[in-house]
Amino acid sequence: MVPAISVKSLSKRYGSLQALDGVDLQVEQGEFFALLGPNGAGKTTLISVLAGLARPDAGEVRVMGHDVVRDYRAARRALGVVPQELVFDPFFTVRETLRIQSGYFGLRNNDAWVDEIIDRLDLRAKANANMRALSGGMKRRVLVAQALVHKPPVIILDEPTAGVDVELRQGLWEFVGSLNAEGHTIVLTTHYLEEAETLCGRVAMLKQGRVVALDTTRNLLADLSGLQLSMRLEPDRLPVQFEGRARRDADGAWVMALGRHAEIADVAVALRAEGVELKDLRVLEPDLEEAFVRIMGRR
Amino acid sequence: MTGFRTLLYKELLRFWKVSFQTIGAPVLTALLYMLVFSHVLESRVEVFPGVSYGAFLIPGLAMMSLLQNAFANSSSSLVQSKVTGNIVFILLPPLSHAEFYWAYVIAAMVRGMLVGAGVFLVTLVTVSVPFPNLLWALAFAMLGGGILGALGLIAGIWADKFDQMAAFQNFVVMPLTFLSGVFYSIHTLPPFWQAVSHLNPIFYMIDGFRYAFFGASDRSPWMSLAIVTGCFTALSFASLQMIRRGYKLRH
Ligand SMILES: Nc1ncnc2c1ncn2[C@@H]1O[C@H](COP(=O)(O)OP(=O)(O)OP(=O)(O)O)[C@@H](O)[C@H]1O
Ligand SMILES: [Mg+2]
Repeated sequence: MVPAISVKSLSKRYGSLQALDGVDLQVEQGEFFALLGPNGAGKTTLISVLAGLARPDAGEVRVMGHDVVRDYRAARRALGVVPQELVFDPFFTVRETLRIQSGYFGLRNNDAWVDEIIDRLDLRAKANANMRALSGGMKRRVLVAQALVHKPPVIILDEPTAGVDVELRQGLWEFVGSLNAEGHTIVLTTHYLEEAETLCGRVAMLKQGRVVALDTTRNLLADLSGLQLSMRLEPDRLPVQFEGRARRDADGAWVMALGRHAEIADVAVALRAEGVELKDLRVLEPDLEEAFVRIMGRR
Repeated sequence: MTGFRTLLYKELLRFWKVSFQTIGAPVLTALLYMLVFSHVLESRVEVFPGVSYGAFLIPGLAMMSLLQNAFANSSSSLVQSKVTGNIVFILLPPLSHAEFYWAYVIAAMVRGMLVGAGVFLVTLVTVSVPFPNLLWALAFAMLGGGILGALGLIAGIWADKFDQMAAFQNFVVMPLTFLSGVFYSIHTLPPFWQAVSHLNPIFYMIDGFRYAFFGASDRSPWMSLAIVTGCFTALSFASLQMIRRGYKLRH
């Protein structure tokens, strides 16, 4: 099976700024993939090259096996992109916008599918409203809908949840999840790392135009310290058997690494035996945010 | 073809939805020129024997309005899409370079010809003009609209902001259209300015278009046709090359 996305030694400069510096990346068909990185890391630039909005200086980029420069029409037919910027054409209504976008992709009788995406993105009530009259979140939904008019096998969403309320965010992920279940490859960028952690099977992290981490979400988390317990005690005295295993964090709480969740019970029993009361107890799971901070902090 | 048709439809709809400004306004402007100039100059100028100044002016005014509006259509559409960012909706789909080019140029031609026809019809209330030779008239109207449409496309791709566009319009398009013999025959100019006018492609569009009405012109209509066709071919080639390279559209 050809990879959904294949990027080889991709470099791209803007003037003297090296926005992408030898990026290698492959996304297989059917994956739910996250592209993470701080502001200015090059995520949008990479997406722009994939979409043909920016020309690569060096390297080879393919979407579903089609070179994005030489075979640009086939590559673009295979790709749906939700841009980061909230853009719209103030001349048209939601439905006109989607019909016109279908036409650009060469589709003439696309009304059934357009109606379906209008429904699935909860745009029915606004279908005949002018784009200008839509709220920011609604405009974002139309951008998602526009990226889907041609049922592309590969869908890239560049920060689709920036400035979007909780309800839409959940609805959007449900919809995108169902598209993924139907076989569409999904690539997303986001600064909400818990989104990437729950949704994405694999993660690439970019920093200053380079890939600094590329692995499954599971492996990235497994590399971390594991489960941790954070507790406040009254009186603030740690039973002797835990000395050496626990440290104080910046707020003065005790933090202790655990092997398994079951150890929580052992800790509680030991504390009671010592007559120490638990004022506060929190279990800290390793999360992608921690992995992200560590990887970005590395030299 | 569907991609081309859709882009053309969108470009036509864009000016049609505001036709009061995009067609009505230039027609009114031309009518005002007509009333003022023909009133002032009627008794003093006779360019072609037996043709009144008012009649002489009408085809030139219609052509000038056609050209200016063809330019305005493609250039303003592109700059607007670039400034608002919604140009991505056209850059993301698999439209071919030729589809992109022809959609913008044909829409510009259509707007130009609608304005030109409007100017012609409205100014007829002031003076009567012989019925034109349709083949010659259409040939020059379409080629003129195509040339200025392509020029507008090039300017629209080049300009990043509205003021750059305005500069192009004021310093290139306006002088070229005004110094093209719309209001006079270039034979009335001093020799130096006559020579300069002969370098202006718009002169040949106006002169050829006028030939369609009066059967008389400064230059042979065949020569004008050849020059205008050559210009259109060259500009089309240049535009397509810019689109293919992604100049200013794809970083
Ligand atoms: N059109 C452009 N011209 C010049 N520099 C650019 C252009 N687009 C991006 N850059 C620069 O390239 C670098 C990468 O930008 P990019 O938009 O890809 O970052 P990003 O990872 O998407 O960031 P964010 O999370 O803020 O969206 C940045 O330093 C940016 O300033
Ligand atoms: Mg970005």
